[in-house]
Amino acid sequence: MKELNSILLKLLELMPQPLAETLYMVTAATIFSVLLGTPLGIVTAISEEHHMWPHKNLNRVLNLLINITRSLPFIILMIAVFPLSKLLVGRRIGTTAAIVPLTIAAIPFVARLVENSVKELAWGIIEAALSMGANTRQIIFKVILPEALPSIVSGITMTIINLIGYSAMAGAIGGGGLGDLAIRFGYQGFQEDVLFGTVVVLLLIVQLVQYLGDKIYKRLIK
Amino acid sequence: MIEIRNLSKSFIDKNGRVDALKNINLQIEKGDIYGIIGLSGAGKSTLIRCINRLEEPSAGSVLIDDKDIMKLNNEEILKIRRRIGMIFQSFNLLSRRDCSQNVAFPLEVSNYSKEEIKARVNELLGLVGLEDKRHSYPSQLSGGQKQRVAIARALAAKSDILLCDEATSALDPSTTKSILALLKEINKVFGITIILITHQMEVIKEICNKVAVISEGEIVEQGTTFELFSKPSHAVTKRFLSDKSLEGTLSYTPQNSGAELYKLTFLEESAHKPVISQMVKRMDIEVNIIAGHLSSVQGKSYGNLVIEVSGESKIVAEALEYLRENKVFVEVLADYERVE
Ligand SMILES: Nc1ncnc2c1ncn2[C@@H]1O[C@H](COP(=O)(O)OP(=O)(O)O)[C@@H](O)[C@H]1O
Ligand SMILES: [Mg+2]
Repeated sequence: MKELNSILLKLLELMPQPLAETLYMVTAATIFSVLLGTPLGIVTAISEEHHMWPHKNLNRVLNLLINITRSLPFIILMIAVFPLSKLLVGRRIGTTAAIVPLTIAAIPFVARLVENSVKELAWGIIEAALSMGANTRQIIFKVILPEALPSIVSGITMTIINLIGYSAMAGAIGGGGLGDLAIRFGYQGFQEDVLFGTVVVLLLIVQLVQYLGDKIYKRLIK
Repeated sequence: MIEIRNLSKSFIDKNGRVDALKNINLQIEKGDIYGIIGLSGAGKSTLIRCINRLEEPSAGSVLIDDKDIMKLNNEEILKIRRRIGMIFQSFNLLSRRDCSQNVAFPLEVSNYSKEEIKARVNELLGLVGLEDKRHSYPSQLSGGQKQRVAIARALAAKSDILLCDEATSALDPSTTKSILALLKEINKVFGITIILITHQMEVIKEICNKVAVISEGEIVEQGTTFELFSKPSHAVTKRFLSDKSLEGTLSYTPQNSGAELYKLTFLEESAHKPVISQMVKRMDIEVNIIAGHLSSVQGKSYGNLVIEVSGESKIVAEALEYLRENKVFVEVLADYERVE
């Protein structure tokens, strides 16, 4: 009992900062990747041959871009974007710098999810909007986005969970956060209690995100 | 008025070329409820979608009030579409908008003011009898109610033409009737021209004043609904009608070898005269009545008889001529037309 107490105390002391760092990285990367990935996904979906804004070459380029970025292992992507991180946040490593590779890894992921959400919509509702004289912009903002929103929200939930995983990897190369804590204490310092505590906290965060995501999804669906 | 001239449409896909529409000519007057009937794949949807240019025709033109819509630029197409409402088999309502928001959609698209939208939405939900459902979402409505919302939406932006693509095909018979009654009322009260496509003859019979039959991309027959029902000429039309007056003709074996079966159609003016008995009295022939049926379409009645006529061929010819003179429509009944 006494031992358990001391472990908890140790975790309480060690945990807050890495936890805050993880939340910071994941939140920022989620916001940026959703803001950039959503339009990319929509354009990719509607520029397809039989969709409402067919642009064959643009569609090819976007698909290629998304596939290349998605196929890069995150650890390599992280190192490859060092120059970009330096350019954008002035540093190559660190918690803020890690947001850059995290965002870049998540953009194509978000784009694909959004693209699928859009393509899943029944063509009939788009056709009905066309028949009422809606233009492309009106269809995107009044039909596609609102109708695909519940599905996009599930996609974002998945993105956040993925980003939590990636952010732990970012910890390995100086990004801080829970991953860094687990490596420093659990792997290098042989303190299994810290490692275990980190795992539990990560698990709880993922559960919470999934729970909230499902809840919002259910509220959005009519 | 809508005039379709020499309209053709071909699709090119992996399997090659599909000529979905071949040289279609139709004239639809203001206030018509014009039905286009055909089997699945006949080209109905393609044809109706050419009228608001959801489909680009390969050749020909569509004139709406003498204006060729093939010559319109993109901006003008959006404008003309706002005058042409369209409803669909699958309703196509927006699932995350309630009824009033769905009806508001075309008004938002056409930049109506908030007050105008509110007034117009109330008016239209009233028209289709769904005021109490204004805050319900499509998933909470029955099929018939969904189609009512879709009709309200299609007419919201003051459309004067309504295109219906199999609008009742997903509905049960009694709901179909109520939707057709609503369409009829809209047509009567507001003078809205309705073009509807269907594969159900009942729909045509119920509300259309004119009808065209389409088969494999071609119009094979057109006329008033009464003409089509009482005197169908094309095999496809006859198949659609599944003529009750022909029942029993399949098992019939002629009394005299070589005798033909004739199908007679009596329209209103000839239906009340004793033409057959007059004919038998006057000429040396024998008439055997095999089948018969009295029908009515939209309040007008017509009758059919299937008879076998035997006698000297010259006299038979004279007898048939006599029938024709008395405004009876006479056809030789082909073997394939006979039914059980
Ligand atoms: N986008 C398309 N691409 C290729 N073929 C098509 C397309 N749309 C329709 N068709 C073909 O055109 C023909 C007519 O189709 P359609 O107008 O939908 O018929 P209907 O509505 O009478 O069932 C069919 O053979 C169909 O396969
Ligand atoms: Mg069709």
